[in-house]
Amino acid sequence: MDFLRPLTWDEALAYKAGRPEATPIQGGTDVMVEINLDKGRPAALLDLNPISELTGWSAEGRTVRVGAGVTYSRLIGELGSLLPGLAQAARTVGSPQIRNRGTVAGNLGAASPAGDSHPPLLASGAVVEAESARGRRMIPIGEFYTGVKRNALAPDELIRAVHVPAATGPQYFSKIGTRNAMVIAVCSFAIALHPGERRIGTGIGSAAPTPRRAVAAEEFLAGELDWDGRSALDPGVARRFGELVAEAASPIDDVRGRADYRLHSLSVMARRALGWAWKDYAGRGSA
Amino acid sequence: MTSIQTEPRSGSRSGVGASVPRPDGTLKVTGEFAYSSDLWLDGMLWGATLRSPHPSAWIRSIDIGPALAMPGVFAVLTHEDVPGEKFYGLEHRDQPVLAVDQVRYQGEPVALVAADHPETARRAAAAIIVAYEPREAVVDPRRAAFDPSCPPVHPHGNLVRHQPVRVGDRFQAEVVVTGEYEVGMQDQAFLGPESGLAVPAEDGGVDLFIATQWLHVDQDQVAPCLGLPKEKVRLSLAGVGGAFGAREDLSMQIHASMLALRTGRPVKIVYGREESFFGHVHRHPAWMRYEHGATADGRLVYVRAEILLDGGAYCSTSRAVVGNAASLGVGPYEVDNVRIDAYGVYTNNPPCGAMRGFGAVQACYAYESQMDRLAEACGLSPVEIRIRNAVSQGSRLATGQVVDSPAPLAGMLRELAAMPLPGSTVTRRSITEPSSAKPSSAEPVPDLRSLPGGVSQTTHGEGVRRGVGYGVGIKNICFSEGFDDYSTARVRVELLGGEPHVLVHTAAAEVGQGLITVKAQIARTELGIDKVTVAPADTSVGSAGSSSASRQSYVTGGAVKAACEAVRERLDSLRAGDPELGLVELLERFGPVEETREYRHRPTFPMDPVTGQGDSHTQLALCVHRAVVDVDVELGLVKVVELAAVQDVGRILNPVALEGQIHGGTAQGLGLALMEEIQVRDGRVLNPSFTDYLIPTILDMPPMRLSILENPDPHAPYGLRGAGEPPTLSSTPAVAAAVRAATGLELPRVPIRPEDIALAAPS
Repeated sequence: MDFLRPLTWDEALAYKAGRPEATPIQGGTDVMVEINLDKGRPAALLDLNPISELTGWSAEGRTVRVGAGVTYSRLIGELGSLLPGLAQAARTVGSPQIRNRGTVAGNLGAASPAGDSHPPLLASGAVVEAESARGRRMIPIGEFYTGVKRNALAPDELIRAVHVPAATGPQYFSKIGTRNAMVIAVCSFAIALHPGERRIGTGIGSAAPTPRRAVAAEEFLAGELDWDGRSALDPGVARRFGELVAEAASPIDDVRGRADYRLHSLSVMARRALGWAWKDYAGRGSA
Repeated sequence: MTSIQTEPRSGSRSGVGASVPRPDGTLKVTGEFAYSSDLWLDGMLWGATLRSPHPSAWIRSIDIGPALAMPGVFAVLTHEDVPGEKFYGLEHRDQPVLAVDQVRYQGEPVALVAADHPETARRAAAAIIVAYEPREAVVDPRRAAFDPSCPPVHPHGNLVRHQPVRVGDRFQAEVVVTGEYEVGMQDQAFLGPESGLAVPAEDGGVDLFIATQWLHVDQDQVAPCLGLPKEKVRLSLAGVGGAFGAREDLSMQIHASMLALRTGRPVKIVYGREESFFGHVHRHPAWMRYEHGATADGRLVYVRAEILLDGGAYCSTSRAVVGNAASLGVGPYEVDNVRIDAYGVYTNNPPCGAMRGFGAVQACYAYESQMDRLAEACGLSPVEIRIRNAVSQGSRLATGQVVDSPAPLAGMLRELAAMPLPGSTVTRRSITEPSSAKPSSAEPVPDLRSLPGGVSQTTHGEGVRRGVGYGVGIKNICFSEGFDDYSTARVRVELLGGEPHVLVHTAAAEVGQGLITVKAQIARTELGIDKVTVAPADTSVGSAGSSSASRQSYVTGGAVKAACEAVRERLDSLRAGDPELGLVELLERFGPVEETREYRHRPTFPMDPVTGQGDSHTQLALCVHRAVVDVDVELGLVKVVELAAVQDVGRILNPVALEGQIHGGTAQGLGLALMEEIQVRDGRVLNPSFTDYLIPTILDMPPMRLSILENPDPHAPYGLRGAGEPPTLSSTPAVAAAVRAATGLELPRVPIRPEDIALAAPS
């Protein structure tokens, strides 16, 4: 196995152009597990750690550009108010050691349907900044996931950053695991209220071949909410929202859980997360 | 009288009863402890094992040519290369060193490779071509036990042991409750994978450095397979990263030795995590049918039980596990009429054997579940029904054995029930309805870490119900059923730099339980000498028996005490001519004093094969737990809020080490109740990783409230009672009962899965 260690971003792009089969590695929390468990042996590793520009984030207008090397720990510590949904998801990733190494870009690169970052990225409407020696490309998150552990990146492309709109309303992330910490999602759900657009964002994790939005649920709810009056949520609406979220999923039975449990728990998480979000929104209006 | 330091129990501050810190503690916490996987010798080779992908298959041919042809490969071995006996085993030598013409479980070793790099060894093993002819796998233990048309996994049939217990003939009662219960396959989940280093010796033998639980029983099995006399197979204990029963059976001991003898080079084998799940036995999964009869006021009249244990492909310790399940199958309760049938069977599922609690765990979950059902049927509290039937000193167990040391179970239950309950962690809100008013957003959300689901934020309090449950367990301490169970200790007193110094040498395996510390404490107390060194464990001293069955403090502790007493007597006799002679002068004049002693506990006797009667155990230990849980009843997620325990240990040797044992045993029981299960389908393991085999984290294991009692057992050294296993028994049914109390569901199976709660029809 070759180990490629570019010192600059341009050098990384050049390596990747020459060796498209090389697997990029940043925190190593996913790539190294695959290697250590003998699930696969990449022909080459492309180590992005020396490229310091990747470890920064910046707020550009109403969007936060999160560099590919920003760890979960920094998301939690530095971006909790700008990107609350993503920060909540980051808080559920692995253990402190893992959060000190792992990155959202790594989650995107692996594109596992169980990745914790995906639902809040979907709910927020994030955009992936991909680049190759051929040039830069902005990929809307809804077009990024193409199959189980597959994404829209071309073989010579690398993820440079992810652009996430700063929260304009309450956001929540919720995830089912069989123990109370350090679990891969049995299934997960994110909600983001976008009051300015009178729109709801959703994301479903680990309950379909790819992370996905619950579009029908979003559209249903956007029309039912009392955005101006901020009046109480109709429990029937919340329940229907939960049902529609579950209907958007297509889970399987696997070693972590049963499909029927995933559907059930998605509907419960969606209903509850909506309750928390609406309560925050309504409470903010009265303040 | 002796005027100087040899007075026993001289009040040394580091003697018996003190919280002496363990010597390996800091090293382990800072990552500097050398485990068996860290062993290294220049020029050593790496061994790798090729394993069967099939749970049951004929082997038609093995072509090692492609592996041998790889550069860096030094040896490729199959069963044809086993120098001596081709089979080994703890109770019954039914397990092939390497598969002979057939495989009986997924992961069975088929061939070995030694190479100059672990990756080369791995690739070479993968290059071996094995022609398998898969055949029907026997995966249903009930069929294996009772269906005569079931194919035999071994030529002598599928029944490993059937142990009945028969007492009395009154099987009618006013109140009758029945239940069927299931316990999933738990893994010991030690963190240090199987590993060791075999070094060929000039005398044609082998020196083996190994993480194990019993050096001498390894030696007894390894030497015949290598075709060597025992004295040419010398074992030394390497750093052990946890055991819990999983290191009782051999793993890579013979394999590494074969490769070392063949190549003439030191050979190291280290299993990876996934391989480890196939490299050791697991806890027997169990299917149990119970019927309890009682008077209307809740006094047991009879218990009927059928306990079926799946031992998997090889015998391992299944016979003894069945014996425990049978003899302790009604629990620590007085009952005059008993009819138990405990079965252990062969299947093509993963082999099962020893794990902390050893057959008593499975039965405990069932009989405690039954006691709760009986309490409900009789209109009594779970505590009251247990008190009314509790054993005490003088009680007769189902085997006819009389409890002949303190067993204050009723008092333990009263003390447990009187402990204060933890406060609510949740401000209750409506269960399903989102908040209707416009509350201030400053309303505090409870600390997510205190709620079911933790920071995964599945609830802010919605759906959360509290439940409280109790569990009681009884565990035999030391080996039972007539086993010649002993330990050996060599104790030497000498002058080092002009100061008296003690060297304690045993072959007992320190597996993390703290035995090294306890041995030194005993030597200080018995000899009154503070400077004590505990020699590394190896086979140059007599057997210490296994670090199993909560027995080492008792048996090896007893041997160290006996050897110290012998040293003291020898010093006294040397001093006889001159009573004023000090210890230093004595040692100067006569030189070092060394004594070796074997220590045996009281003999035990086999269970009668028809009635199950017999004094099969030497000591019995009790632990009681109370669990308080918060359950998210909509999602089926559980947060254990508190576990309280009362345990009688006879005599506390080291308080901090003892508390660690109770905490650890309790956590392992919690794991069985809520998450720990090797999932097996059609003989194949679905989750051989710590990604999907979940063990409790610090956010799952709650704070504990402990009361430790000291009612001495007059038959045991210092009156002590083995302590490591009993908490593993009782915490599982306590947690399960608490979840039942919170949900109102029957939950007849552990581990309880989220869907068992969330998707259950309301009862």
